[in-house]
Amino acid sequence: MPERLLLTGNHAAAYGAMLSRVEVISAYPITPQTMIVELLSELTASGELPAKFITVESEHSAMAACVGASAAGARAYTATSGQGLALMHEMLHWAVGARLPIVLTNVSRAMAPGWSIWSDQTDILSQRDVGWMMLFAESVQEAQDFVIWMYRVAEQVYLPGMVGMDAFILSHTAEPLIVHDRDRVDAYLPPFEPLYDLDPADPRAYGGLVNRDHYFELRYKVYEAMERAGRLLAEAGEEFADALGRRYAPVEGYMLDDAEYVVMSAGAMTSNVRQAVKDARERGMKVGLLRLVALRPFPFAEVRRLLAGRHKVAVLDRNLSPGHSGIFAQEIRSALSGMPDAPPVYGYVMGIGGRDVRVETVTETLDDLVRRDEPDLALYVGVKGLPIGPVRAFEQIPVPVKVEVAR
Amino acid sequence: MRWPVPEAEHMDPGTLGCQGCGGALSMRLVLKEVGPDAIAVLPACCWSIIDGPWPLHALDIPVFHTAFETAAVVATGIKAAKAMKGEDPTVVAWAGDGGTFDIGLQALSGAAERNEDIVFVCYDNEAYMNTGIQRSSATPAGTWTTTTPEERPEPRPKKDIMGIMAAHRVPYAATATVAYPGDLAHKVQTAVAAKGGMRFLHLLSACPPGWKMAADQAIEAMRRAVQARVFPLYEVRDGRDYTITVWPERNVRLEDYLSLQGRFTPLLADQDMLERVKADVAERWRLLVERHEHSRRLVGTGR
Repeated sequence: MPERLLLTGNHAAAYGAMLSRVEVISAYPITPQTMIVELLSELTASGELPAKFITVESEHSAMAACVGASAAGARAYTATSGQGLALMHEMLHWAVGARLPIVLTNVSRAMAPGWSIWSDQTDILSQRDVGWMMLFAESVQEAQDFVIWMYRVAEQVYLPGMVGMDAFILSHTAEPLIVHDRDRVDAYLPPFEPLYDLDPADPRAYGGLVNRDHYFELRYKVYEAMERAGRLLAEAGEEFADALGRRYAPVEGYMLDDAEYVVMSAGAMTSNVRQAVKDARERGMKVGLLRLVALRPFPFAEVRRLLAGRHKVAVLDRNLSPGHSGIFAQEIRSALSGMPDAPPVYGYVMGIGGRDVRVETVTETLDDLVRRDEPDLALYVGVKGLPIGPVRAFEQIPVPVKVEVAR
Repeated sequence: MRWPVPEAEHMDPGTLGCQGCGGALSMRLVLKEVGPDAIAVLPACCWSIIDGPWPLHALDIPVFHTAFETAAVVATGIKAAKAMKGEDPTVVAWAGDGGTFDIGLQALSGAAERNEDIVFVCYDNEAYMNTGIQRSSATPAGTWTTTTPEERPEPRPKKDIMGIMAAHRVPYAATATVAYPGDLAHKVQTAVAAKGGMRFLHLLSACPPGWKMAADQAIEAMRRAVQARVFPLYEVRDGRDYTITVWPERNVRLEDYLSLQGRFTPLLADQDMLERVKADVAERWRLLVERHEHSRRLVGTGR
């Protein structure tokens, strides 16, 4: 029988790695991820999870150790956050080019300076283009299950994948978690048996010098694998239901059928968005939710199908690409580009650096969406002293707090 | 020292190494002793090129190319994976001086401190040769490189990487060079046999283009480096027991080593700096001999 426990998102991620029977874990502490690797360290020390745990001296080395372990045929896992993910960047690319199905959990945290440990998705979205698959968990259950789902797909296409989870809102929040039976997970996720594993009896060279007459084709295979991963992700999400009782998909809809307005969200704040959508329905607003579960590979067809013909779309971004707009908004606009019945996309930026995105915050945003005549690249929600709207000159912002220098 | 040379070759001819490349010679001799049950990890260095362009490669052991700063930790990951599968190949991280002394130092320190079960070989040609001769922290004082031009030659002494490794208390660390192949072979044998912990080999590795000398002078240059006490051959066990393995026999002066190479023109032209470097070489040699003798006195004391 599956166990039902009350656990945090972090501990759920560790359970996801354990149920996936990872063989090598390499990690470096960083708030708010640390609990994941602390629990994995205990599970490996006690023998409950037979795996090597390498306590490296940096996140760059954590990913490098995973690269080595995966190349040598082990299922490798790590977890990180914010600055740590940024430090890994070079080796994230390496994992892709070397075609290594590593899985990592990133607990999204705001980038310094100033130092902030609070929720903000700019860290993970800054890794959008490295070639990792990307899933965004909304619940503790998903923090566990997405690790398993990700390995299932990663090992079919020889590409790595990361599971995003929001700092504290999910990482440190306890919810009931169903810990699946190990034998059922084993049936869903068979042992990793790679094509190549640095076998001295089969002495090949990996990742060496490639001239202009081959590099493009090697990368083309990566691009092809990523496009294939879209279909496999959907299939493996369906199979998860058969094997482990929960159905997952790259995109989820809520109250979308007759919705004139659609609000798009990803990650843990989606739960509050769902509540705000339900409340708005009760007030008579025809609104629905589109939750983006997978950012890479991007589910173009589903997003286009679900958004075609709507009156307006609001994209809620807990991140920003300065000088452009929220990164999810860019993605949605790009997906809708050229579609004849594409709705206008209103980009809302909120919750930066862990500022609360409450149900009321989303309700106010929906009200703004209805009232606003023209879409904007970035509409800022919740900047102190400012109404929802596009960026305003700094001089116009009333200073909300009095700064005093201690003497 | 006699050396029965294993006949088996694990490196094919026709590599992309330059004539007289100490790095290529080192790989050939080291692999003869390491044997076929091994895996090489190559960070960015001359050997990224020497091994050959895809789909060709020159070694008959698996080679995993990796990022510049990651040789030690990627080797660690490979070893961990193989251990999980019950396999025990010798995992050799093979880095240049940049990938050891500079950008690779953090991961190397981590692996050394954790006493990872790997062999780390630094083939040290004393500058970034693959990018066209830029100084590294392994470049000795008074050297010309493209980033330490004649007008402003390298002002600082070479970083003491053996001292750094000894400070980590690694089970085995040794200097060697292909100019003394018997000594090199013995040290590789010792390193391979000392399974279970970190083993570090520091190989002086002549680079004729970068050292500004004829290719056929490579072995002679490395031999003179040893005889002039610039690059003494010794081993350190557990970071404290020092043994000098080759005692200089010939009366080779520092200038005899320097003058073989064009890169030391600034040093040879600066009498003050030359005196300082001579004093430094003498001081380091004296200290090494003291450590060697101190270690002999402690034999059998069971400290």
